[in-house]
Amino acid sequence: MKRSITLGSVLLYSTLAVLALFFLMPAYMAAVTALKMPGDISLPTAWELPVTFNWASFSQAIDLLKPNFVNSLILTLCATAGSTVLGSLNGYVFSKWKFYGSEVVFTLFLFGMFIPYQVILIPLFQTLRAMDLYGGLPGLILAHVVYGLPITSLIFRNFYSQIPTALIESARLDGAGFFSIYLRIVFPLSIPGFVVTSLWQFTQIWNEFLWGICLTRHADNPITVGLAQLAGGQAVSWNLPMAGSIMAAVPVLAIYIFLGRYFIRGLLAGSVKE
Amino acid sequence: MREASLDRLKAFLTLLPSMILIGIFVYGFIGNTIWTSMTDWGGTGALAVEPEKNFIGLQNYVDLFTGFLGGGFRQDLVNAVYYSVMLLAGAIGLGMFIAILLDQKPKGEDFLRTVFLYPMSLSFIVSGTIWRWLLAPQGGVNVLPTYLGMEPLNFEWLSSTAAILEFNWQNLFAIMLYVVAFILIMTGLFVLKGDPQRAMKRWLGPGVVIGAATWMFGGLLPEALFMEETHGFNMATLGIIMATIWQYSGYTMALYLAGFNGISQDLRDAAMLDGASEVGYYRHVAIPMLKPITISAVIILSHISLKMFDLIFAMTGPDNAETGHPALNMYLTTFRANDFAVGAAIAIVLFLVAATFIVPYLVSQYRQRRRG
Repeated sequence: MKRSITLGSVLLYSTLAVLALFFLMPAYMAAVTALKMPGDISLPTAWELPVTFNWASFSQAIDLLKPNFVNSLILTLCATAGSTVLGSLNGYVFSKWKFYGSEVVFTLFLFGMFIPYQVILIPLFQTLRAMDLYGGLPGLILAHVVYGLPITSLIFRNFYSQIPTALIESARLDGAGFFSIYLRIVFPLSIPGFVVTSLWQFTQIWNEFLWGICLTRHADNPITVGLAQLAGGQAVSWNLPMAGSIMAAVPVLAIYIFLGRYFIRGLLAGSVKE
Repeated sequence: MREASLDRLKAFLTLLPSMILIGIFVYGFIGNTIWTSMTDWGGTGALAVEPEKNFIGLQNYVDLFTGFLGGGFRQDLVNAVYYSVMLLAGAIGLGMFIAILLDQKPKGEDFLRTVFLYPMSLSFIVSGTIWRWLLAPQGGVNVLPTYLGMEPLNFEWLSSTAAILEFNWQNLFAIMLYVVAFILIMTGLFVLKGDPQRAMKRWLGPGVVIGAATWMFGGLLPEALFMEETHGFNMATLGIIMATIWQYSGYTMALYLAGFNGISQDLRDAAMLDGASEVGYYRHVAIPMLKPITISAVIILSHISLKMFDLIFAMTGPDNAETGHPALNMYLTTFRANDFAVGAAIAIVLFLVAATFIVPYLVSQYRQRRRG
């Protein structure tokens, strides 16, 4: 099919170009500012390319944010693993072992996904303090695992409902029980489900800020809190917060760019579409 | 048969730990926050090891809505309402628009989709930090027009003190009745096509009566405050709204694009054969078919706008009253001012607003699952 240049296609492409520029504008600004010498940064020339490239902003930002980066890595990997494994088992029960009232339980689970987290913040803080988990990473991991359960159970439930029930039933006739069906049939089939759910949980937990600032002490702050402190002070110049922003964004951007297909599937699954 | 029931027991036991955790961490905690919001801890209550808590009923709520010191919270609440409405309109409108453009299958569609969606993967702290720099006075967005040979803007994005659409909080009760009337009338108009009789009887009639009665006899209602207190839409919030729309319209775009792709080509061809134009196809066929997607988008975006905390924290810091939001106010009241009881009351207000649209949504989802 040959496309000729029509008024419609000119309009379409120019609108898309303007929109794309609007969406890329902040990324451009962050990169340009991070690469300037502190002395070269001024408001009227903010959009211009740097005169001399200053890679030192990045090494400075890495020095400052490295402990936070490591904290976030530990937190995100542990909490993602915990909530995905539990979510997978829950999804297996919710889709293949329905019991009387399991749909009600599932709906009650989902509600946990939609509450503004401010409503559980105070008792969460008090409970973690009472359990001696306040301030460190284990408490934060626990919180992320528990409040990750609704979404991970939802994604796995929808994923497992695509596995034909006949497959499960024939395995039962062959004498397989609850756990052997899971380990031998369901789990091997659910690798794509694990990828989608882990990516979703990874980005959510990496990006989280409210619990990070309320539930951890300085030494255990995740990267979002570290960045907020770096940028929140009366920063002398903007190259450092911009370099820090890029650093905090790199892991999730990498996931998005290289595994975008799975990222989008998680996104769509998160909208309770069935 | 016995083995089968053993398996059922195993299944239930597998789910049990999660049920207990959700039971405590979601429902138990909500109950605990409701209880906390009805107590008074005294000034330094939270710092004491064994704070003395007195039950004071709904006093904290009454103070927030009508008390002398609650003015900040009331402005935040008004901000949040305008913020939610503008975010919903902006993110859904722009997302749908981009999805329709990409549905024309332009060259480089994959690349463009990546560009429009990448902000969604970022943390609000990251995007807030960058947008704060973009919205700096005399810089960033404000100097953009000079590259087209125009005068620079001089809008104070995050610090403007100008407000529009102001109203007097003294008239709280009248305002509440107007809101009720508005919601009833809107719901009525929504059901009018399907069931005109029920729409008139249940929604439109009462709505018009309440609205008219408030308009005529509103002066007789008690005043909420002893003095005038005006609240409106703070222009400083525009910057926050712009950043949120930038971050979330890619998300609605992804939802609608998935929806458009799910509509069969046959249906589209049939619509075209019947003489539908491109615009007509989307207006009368595609978008009405995607109503469930629109509803999910509204639910998710409302939830995000209600808990909005990180972005505002990163863009204007905790001390800027012009762009305040109850979610930020809750954090400051609880963890900076150590007033857990009032913080809990603010959290419950947010929760009640969220519950009014989430509970019906979840109930309808549940009914669909039962049927399907």
